[in-house]
Amino acid sequence: MLKSPLGQVRGLGSAKNGTHHWWAQRVTAVALVPLTLWFVFSLAFNVGGDFVAMQAWLATPSNAILMLLLIVATFHHLHLGVQVVIEDYIHAEGAKIAMMMVVKLGSFALAVAAGFAVLKVAFAA
Amino acid sequence: MAEFSLPANSKIGKGKSWPAKTGGKNIKKFNIYRWNPDDGKTPQVDTYEIDLDECGPMVLDALIKIKNETDQTLTFRRSCREGICGSCAMNIDGTNTLACTKFIDDVKEEVNIYPLPHMSVVKDLVPDLNNAYAQLASVEPWLKSKTPPPPDKERKQTPEDRRKLDGLYECILCFSCATSCPSYWWNSDRYLGPAVLLQAYRWLIDSRDEATGERLDNLEDPFRLYRCHTIMNCSKTCPKGLNPAKAIAEIKKMMVARQG
Repeated sequence: MLKSPLGQVRGLGSAKNGTHHWWAQRVTAVALVPLTLWFVFSLAFNVGGDFVAMQAWLATPSNAILMLLLIVATFHHLHLGVQVVIEDYIHAEGAKIAMMMVVKLGSFALAVAAGFAVLKVAFAA
Repeated sequence: MAEFSLPANSKIGKGKSWPAKTGGKNIKKFNIYRWNPDDGKTPQVDTYEIDLDECGPMVLDALIKIKNETDQTLTFRRSCREGICGSCAMNIDGTNTLACTKFIDDVKEEVNIYPLPHMSVVKDLVPDLNNAYAQLASVEPWLKSKTPPPPDKERKQTPEDRRKLDGLYECILCFSCATSCPSYWWNSDRYLGPAVLLQAYRWLIDSRDEATGERLDNLEDPFRLYRCHTIMNCSKTCPKGLNPAKAIAEIKKMMVARQG
């Protein structure tokens, strides 16, 4: 294609976004620090407990709410991060769009499934 | 999909050897990347032996000595030989730097010299910088102001505001930083790279400039700015000791600050 170097660089113009994505990734990362620590310590504290014990633990409103927040933050952070990896390395437009859809829809579906599981166990107690 | 096969001319063969004249005591080997677009061959590495007792202290001195005395076909850019023009940027001993300010003695073993990484090669050590220069032009690196300057006077700046340009105005645009950045390697068609973003920031924080918003609009893009993943190769390699990674971080902070 006979296009000047400057014409190629200007391309389709700036997308006028990117900051929201970048900032959301940082915010979810900050949220995940206490949430992950809480989750790991909670699991360690419950080692050896049976299903009934775990169900009682999850039925506590504060634990159920923190679990849901952990799920939201994790999967939001996940799809934002994987999107960047795909944009970095996948340059064929078709493959890029297909993989982006798998990651976005997959993350959302997994988050909903995980949240449903938490609620089901918590409310069954 | 991702590319798993190497592009053309990626495999580098062993080239010619040019031994030093007999009698030298302080011999050092220089392994230099050679590629000629006209001979149809793949790239090769030629080895030149140099008697350091008859050579200046810098890598550029050795390159000029080779070109003058051994092999006139060796092609490279150079001009000021004092680290201010940025012409002789190349990969020496595995690091992008300026041949004119790199001491031969700083390289312990043989001196390996390649062109700046992941750029199209014009010939030997000369990379094609057309895209990089167009990227620089795209950030319009000049003062933009609606307010006319005071008649017969310069635009005033406080010493404090002037100090904000320190660490930025010194950039000589050698593109050592951009070509050390993997993000720039993979996406140089859309990512502006550290050198150009440092120049963009130089105008973003200039107290006399009135186009800050438009400049930020132009950079507000997942590729132009946000391909920077802060691995900091740029700041590590800069032959002028500047910190492009910090300039990019400051641009991101400005982007967040104007969101509210």
